[in-house]
Amino acid sequence: MCMKDSNHIPLLKVKSISKYYGRRIGCSGIEFELWPGEVLGIVGESGSGKTTLLNCISGQLEPSEGAVWYASNGGVIDMCIAPEPQRRLVMRTEMGTVYQNPRDGLRMHVSAGGNIGERLMANGLRHYGQVRRKALNWLEKVEIDSERIDDVPTTFSGGMQQRLQIARNLVTDPRLIFMDEPTSGLDVSVQARLLDLLKGLVTELDLSMVMVTHDLAVTRLLAHRLIVMKDGKAVESGLTDQVLDDPQHPYTQLLVSSILQP
Amino acid sequence: MEKQFNRQSQTKSGRSCGMEGYNFAYLDEQTKRMIRRTILKAVAIPGHQVPFGSREMPLPYGWGTGGMQITASLIGSEDILKVIDQGADDTTNAVSIRRFFSRTAGVLTTTKTIEATIIQTRHRIPETHLTNDQIIVYQVPIPEPLRFIEPRAKEVSRMHALREYGIMFVKLYEDISRHGRIAKAFDYPVLVNDRYVMSPSPIPKFDNPKMDRMPALQLFGAGREKRIYAVPPYTKVKSLDFDDYPFEVERWPQCCALCGSNNSYLDEIILDDKGSKMFVCSDTNHCNERVIKGHKGNQKEPVEEAQNSTMTGARKCA
Repeated sequence: MCMKDSNHIPLLKVKSISKYYGRRIGCSGIEFELWPGEVLGIVGESGSGKTTLLNCISGQLEPSEGAVWYASNGGVIDMCIAPEPQRRLVMRTEMGTVYQNPRDGLRMHVSAGGNIGERLMANGLRHYGQVRRKALNWLEKVEIDSERIDDVPTTFSGGMQQRLQIARNLVTDPRLIFMDEPTSGLDVSVQARLLDLLKGLVTELDLSMVMVTHDLAVTRLLAHRLIVMKDGKAVESGLTDQVLDDPQHPYTQLLVSSILQP
Repeated sequence: MEKQFNRQSQTKSGRSCGMEGYNFAYLDEQTKRMIRRTILKAVAIPGHQVPFGSREMPLPYGWGTGGMQITASLIGSEDILKVIDQGADDTTNAVSIRRFFSRTAGVLTTTKTIEATIIQTRHRIPETHLTNDQIIVYQVPIPEPLRFIEPRAKEVSRMHALREYGIMFVKLYEDISRHGRIAKAFDYPVLVNDRYVMSPSPIPKFDNPKMDRMPALQLFGAGREKRIYAVPPYTKVKSLDFDDYPFEVERWPQCCALCGSNNSYLDEIILDDKGSKMFVCSDTNHCNERVIKGHKGNQKEPVEEAQNSTMTGARKCA
């Protein structure tokens, strides 16, 4: 891959991550590498362990086994054993998480500007005017009317809430974004706009992204590589077009053939 | 109204013995020991809330049970106690708590700030500078400054532990975006010793600067929430603010109508239903002392004037 030439180490290296809920398997033995600027899609049916995997690698869930090496600005750290202050610092400066439900990712009783500004202020910005300017700037980038800066997210539509969540995460210029089903729950036209926006931001900001979704169309549009999960295991992985056009594993074949052709 | 102007400095009400059948200062010795241990820990970690086994007190939560438990476990027979409520020595809460300790501990009580060794307070810090042989005990209703913005207690304690206070500034941001200024006027959050964000109890923000490097030991008791925290003497206490919206205290258009003070916290008192009002010191002891020393406000005979409604708003101070 050409990206390997410009950057010598992967941004994220996941070493046989497993998560067991008692005897039940959340995910087991997942391995992958994510290079700077790359978008990785994780697809699979519901209950296949996609979100568990995402939570494990984004530091929100402690995996039962395995390691997650992240090449932070301050050197490579293992997200699973790094001390909590360091992990949380990295998570709020260099990473971002966009949740399926905006209520998990936003403070619903805090205005849009406050939501965007929270990470800036958490990172030590103590100047109201600057927070305000950055918030307005980001509202514009995610195509929300700047007049809505003092409105609370409860008054926003689902698509706007999702875009606000993205702005809130990107305001600190993170390098890595985790997305958990960012487009589900939105109608098709809003989905298309959000994807368009995401695609623009990813190229503009040179973001790396791990995106969990059950929607193959979304991955086709955004992801460079795919991991197909079933029953907690990665059954197939490869370049997106390769996996979708020439699926090898019977489950992937089933998944691809189940898309409705308009 | 009448009461407001008939304040007497009732110094040193008589020394009586403890109530029959009760331990000295109401609480049993084991409980006092537990609370003292908590206080020591609180003093060792300035601004950090330490849980303690709050006891039932013979008055309801919200009336100062936390402060009373601290006072009860600190007070000795030689101590002189002052209790204030909103700056005044003669309001219900102050009177009943003062009476409680003079009956259960038999200690001397005073209204004079300089005489007191322990000052229990609700909503104010006295105007008189406190000294390093005094202790001020605050009654605290809600000790957690982050609660209204992050309701999860587990997450909040983690934020304190990791010193993640960005969210407190979200609150201030919201204030400015909504009101054009930081509208929080009481219980204004402070950073203690450059480490813990602390609720200073519902004192007006006017009193916040007094907490900074105060020579007296400051103890905070929340009975219902079962928390004690402290600011040791001469500790740095900084009110949170933005670079472009600095912290500032209240100002009034007038001086105290009784003593002419222009640097104390003033209460606005409505005199009648025709819109007349007066501003008087909220710290009654401070005001009385100044009147005794001969300072005068713009109202020489406040009661009569009030009745005649001849007050005008913009008179000069004496």
